[in-house]
Amino acid sequence: MPPLAVDALAGFIVLNAIIGVVTYITLLERKFAARMQSRIGPYYVGRPHGWLQPIADALKLMMKEDIVPTRADRWVYNLAPLAFLVPCMLIFATIPFAPGLGVADLNIGVLFFLAVSSLEIVGLFMGGWGSNNKYALLSAMRAVNQIISYDLPFIFAALVPVLLAGSLQMSAIVTAQTGLWFVAYPVIGQLAFVAFVLTTLAAENRVPFDILEAESELVAGFRVEYSGMKFALIQLGEYAHMLGTSFLGALLFLGGWLGPGPAWLGPVWFLLKAVIVFLLVTWVRWSFVRIRVDQILAISWKLLLPATIVLLLATGLVVAAGGPRGG
Amino acid sequence: MPETQTRHVVELGYGGNERLIMNMGPQHPSSHGVFRAILTLEGETVVAVDAVIGYLHRCHEKLAETLTYVQYPSIASKTDYVSAMTAELAYVHAVEKVGKIDVPKRAQYLRVLAAELQRIASHCLWLGTWCLDMGGALGGGATVFLYCIREREMILDLFEALTGARLLYGFHQIGGTRYDVPPGWAARCRETVDFIERRIDEYEAMLDDNPFFLVRTQGVGVVSRELAQEVGLAGPLIRGSGVAYDVRRAEPYSSYEDFDFVVPVETAGDCFARYRVRMVEFRQSIRIVRQVLDGLPEGPISSRPGVKSVGQVRIAKGEGYGRVEGARGEVGCYVVADGGPKPYRLKWRGASFSNLAILPHILPGHKVADVVAIMGSVDPVFGEVDR
Repeated sequence: MPPLAVDALAGFIVLNAIIGVVTYITLLERKFAARMQSRIGPYYVGRPHGWLQPIADALKLMMKEDIVPTRADRWVYNLAPLAFLVPCMLIFATIPFAPGLGVADLNIGVLFFLAVSSLEIVGLFMGGWGSNNKYALLSAMRAVNQIISYDLPFIFAALVPVLLAGSLQMSAIVTAQTGLWFVAYPVIGQLAFVAFVLTTLAAENRVPFDILEAESELVAGFRVEYSGMKFALIQLGEYAHMLGTSFLGALLFLGGWLGPGPAWLGPVWFLLKAVIVFLLVTWVRWSFVRIRVDQILAISWKLLLPATIVLLLATGLVVAAGGPRGG
Repeated sequence: MPETQTRHVVELGYGGNERLIMNMGPQHPSSHGVFRAILTLEGETVVAVDAVIGYLHRCHEKLAETLTYVQYPSIASKTDYVSAMTAELAYVHAVEKVGKIDVPKRAQYLRVLAAELQRIASHCLWLGTWCLDMGGALGGGATVFLYCIREREMILDLFEALTGARLLYGFHQIGGTRYDVPPGWAARCRETVDFIERRIDEYEAMLDDNPFFLVRTQGVGVVSRELAQEVGLAGPLIRGSGVAYDVRRAEPYSSYEDFDFVVPVETAGDCFARYRVRMVEFRQSIRIVRQVLDGLPEGPISSRPGVKSVGQVRIAKGEGYGRVEGARGEVGCYVVADGGPKPYRLKWRGASFSNLAILPHILPGHKVADVVAIMGSVDPVFGEVDR
């Protein structure tokens, strides 16, 4: 086969696998949250334990009427879900799921991931603006504030493992962790991981940083006017982003596909670690109340940004002094 | 809004020119019923608020004129449906005061028991919905909400065993109570309050030192002592602003002078102070429940014989005001009796109505997110606001 066809096929497979996993990760989150709240969660659709629930949800959303508000900016409104979904899906392009198993293991993989994942703000703002709804507009304003503020500490936290490994290529970062996962790297690793999880929460718009969907104030935020398949696309994008960030966390800090057992177990370990990062974020989400927009900005600019910059500097010094690299 | 309909709006001079009028309600996830706040925003900051009520008006006062003294107590519970026991109590207390009807000691104790259990249930719902407002239906708020609802359910089970109803009881009647405690109920009640007391420790462990909870509540929605008295706040709100006013102490009714309890007072006046007041009230209510169960006297539960027709209870000509301490503050009834089986006129004083009046005074200057936090800390029940 020509190389282009191979790439296209790989992309097709990964895309579909991701959609499948994302669908089921919603079920995982619902069950996890239910256990935290002493409930059972989805149960009846597909016994045992509602294993058909995500399919039922997707089917329901497909059959819903597609509503476009009369006064909406139709072009912007209709394009927004796509503009939101595409970057959320693109981030999987550079993630290797095992050595050599991925769409494209770029030599600037981490940079590509970070750059593309911040593009989702465009779709978000389009949705908030195009809906011609005051709640959506306020939400879009908040989104721009929050995502711009949190991208910087997010990038700095993600750069710590990059610096430790000395490469922006994802597979090289994993290889560098063969001896010691970066989360176990003394002090720097743990601090960077905490900062990464915190900024992840903000980047994924999860409680306590979910001010853009803030349903108790802004009803549903930027997607208040969306229904049916467009709503489903936004949801899909959001969870895909969450899953992608979890994969990134597992890759940067938890050693990716490294683990005991034969090599073919690698992708299983990787998925397991990503799920652990996902559940960690979910755990925080279901335990805290949301904080206010000004407080969120204050945390980012006054605490996280200086802290991550200092952390990055410290990492640079350690590496420059020939400190022990993992592996 | 046409100019002729000028409303009283408290405005701050922010001097900006980009203003946004946003409707919050009447159909809104955090409006606790049907409340409409027309917010004027500058960015995220509220500069003016216009509170609109009346979406749940059901002619309660007129209805009271058309129903007899026997019929109305079970309707009175529908004014404040979250704290139905105290709403009923306010009505029968006022009528008994006007008609100079004695209530047997056992009935008085049972009334206290019901009122305090109701306070626990109502505060559970308040804590849950308030956290839901701040934490979101898809976040930690929902977790607190579900925990609280779980405990409230236990109290409702107790009420179901006592009266057969779970929300609107018809427990009180003129001259006493309609039901006595069934066998084994007292032991079950004790177990329940012991259990809930442990669960309250859990809530406090979850919220008291929670940094996100603290930044959302401390210093938010501060009501000064003077403002609280001027607006006429009652219940946990005025006690959170440093005024030790509790009807159970100020004007004991239904043998409240027999019981030993503390009226909690906080001086900060912010959302967190109101939270602390209510958390202490939880424990004080449990304390009173235990005292009632320990000292429940024997005897009849009603001072008058049963009636065959609803018109047989008549109150002599006279008028008067009876008040009780509901979960949200002073709930009162002004009754004008003309000697017939129905009151000539009845006026409700709803605690939520007076408490809600504070919103236009304290909301301007806060962010949109604080609006829901403050509204939740006021704990309005719109059945009682609109009546």
